Amino acid sequence: MDFLTQYKNALFLIAILLAQAIALAVQVRRPLDPAQPDGPSVRLIRMWAMTAVTPVERVTHAIGYGAGHAWSDYIDLRHVRQQNKDLQQQLARVRVEEAAIAEDALQGQRLQALLGFRESYVGSTVAAQVIGASGSEQSHILTIDKGSSDGLKPDMAVITQDGVVGKLRDVFANTAQVLEINDQSSGAGVVLASTRIRAILRGTLTGRVQIGNLLADSRIQPGEQVLTSGGDQVYPRGLPVGVVESIAPDPDHQPYTAIRVKPAVNLDRVEEVLVITGTQPDLTPGAQQDLASAAAQHAADLSAERLPGIHDDQTPDTAGASGATAATGAAMPAAASAVPVTPHPLPIVHPDRYSSGSTPPASELTPGGANSAQQPPSSPSQQQPKATK
Amino acid sequence: MMVTRSYMSRREVEQQRFSMPVTVLVPVGAVLLQVLLPRVFAGLAILDLPFVVTLFFAISRRSPIAGTATGAAIGLLQDVLTGQPIGVNGMAKSLIGYAGASLGSRIDVENTTTRALLAFGFSLVQSVLLYLIERRLLGIRAFHMLWLHELLRAVANTALALPMCYLLDRAKHTE
Repeated sequence: MDFLTQYKNALFLIAILLAQAIALAVQVRRPLDPAQPDGPSVRLIRMWAMTAVTPVERVTHAIGYGAGHAWSDYIDLRHVRQQNKDLQQQLARVRVEEAAIAEDALQGQRLQALLGFRESYVGSTVAAQVIGASGSEQSHILTIDKGSSDGLKPDMAVITQDGVVGKLRDVFANTAQVLEINDQSSGAGVVLASTRIRAILRGTLTGRVQIGNLLADSRIQPGEQVLTSGGDQVYPRGLPVGVVESIAPDPDHQPYTAIRVKPAVNLDRVEEVLVITGTQPDLTPGAQQDLASAAAQHAADLSAERLPGIHDDQTPDTAGASGATAATGAAMPAAASAVPVTPHPLPIVHPDRYSSGSTPPASELTPGGANSAQQPPSSPSQQQPKATK
Repeated sequence: MMVTRSYMSRREVEQQRFSMPVTVLVPVGAVLLQVLLPRVFAGLAILDLPFVVTLFFAISRRSPIAGTATGAAIGLLQDVLTGQPIGVNGMAKSLIGYAGASLGSRIDVENTTTRALLAFGFSLVQSVLLYLIERRLLGIRAFHMLWLHELLRAVANTALALPMCYLLDRAKHTE
């Protein structure tokens, strides 16, 4: 009894530490499940804490947001008219540029379908506001004001218009925690845009983002864009992650290099985010229509360029629509709806052995064997335009 | 026996008491502010408001049990909100609370210089404790200690602790 009285302080400390050490051991030894990073009891505790804290965060966010944006909204309104005009002109330019790449995009889609790839496009998103952060330098977690009642689930990708923010970690009824890509426990499959080198992106203790599983490669240069590869089954491929900032030998993991990446999103200043709640193998109908109409417009432009006399005389409506589009951009939807959705390839002007139809199917080729390529057609008139799907 | 009774009596006289609202609201407010402040300016994440509050209550109450309990409660709440395994900050702040209270009953903690030294020293101790817990107990090999950064954190926490202690001194009830 005297012993307990004499050492009650130390015994109390030991008991507290022991209890927490056991709790830590239970959490660490639990099998890692990406969908449920915490056990049911820990998740319950976090949910209670979040439920208690969220109202305060919502109120402070609302006050801060309202006060901060009231003045800027007023200032912004003064420039809305001019901005709207500029944006319309920009939209017209983008539509024309889009037409230039539409054919390549369609061809890429056809080739991917041929090879059996299934591209994942962003199908549906839920917009959310960031109402809190972890407040610790050891963990980079955001709290958003949407939860499972809005259809959110763990491991859903979170993005902004600039690029990837992270993925959902814990999802509660009305809130969710976003694990940012610069958190030390975060990871993402990425691909370097120009070299097409695949890598794994990880957060660091200091809140930076880096690629650490690549050997030194002279092709990788600062400024190269980093995109999601889609290989991690979390982030749809092609989303901007950032740009390569610096490349240096990794002192802890020789002979690998530490490629530091500057995130495309300012992770310290995230206000609104989009949670990707669904992906789909094809583009959305709207995007498909835009792509097809842009491709058709591009084909019409090319026709007009190559056969100005015929085009001008025989297709006055299309030419007129094209001109109107270039002038304002507002007429583009009308023109787009007037042209057929599925474009046809243009006749080949100078056929060669690389032209469509001149190469035998892959099933007839033998490794190392001679290529029995068909002779290209001698004139453009022999080329039979083939409708695409 | 007489010596012990005399020491206990002196310590009890010097113990500071706080009202229930202060005991509850100040730690909770500190944890909440810790969550909200980095949203205003990300660099404020270097501060550790819950640490300052833990240290203040520990050295003011001068009771190791109270200091341990306060540190554990604040640390666990911080763990819950940061998404870290629950117990990392809880263990570190339990030890800080215990050590702060033990030291507080032996030295004059009302002095500004002493408080600054305590805040600076215990901030570094907490960094070492967190490193040991993350690296040794949890086995996170990638966890590194950035000494310069931890020194800056200690300086920042010291600069924060002095005005905060001055404000919180006004909530004391000396018995």
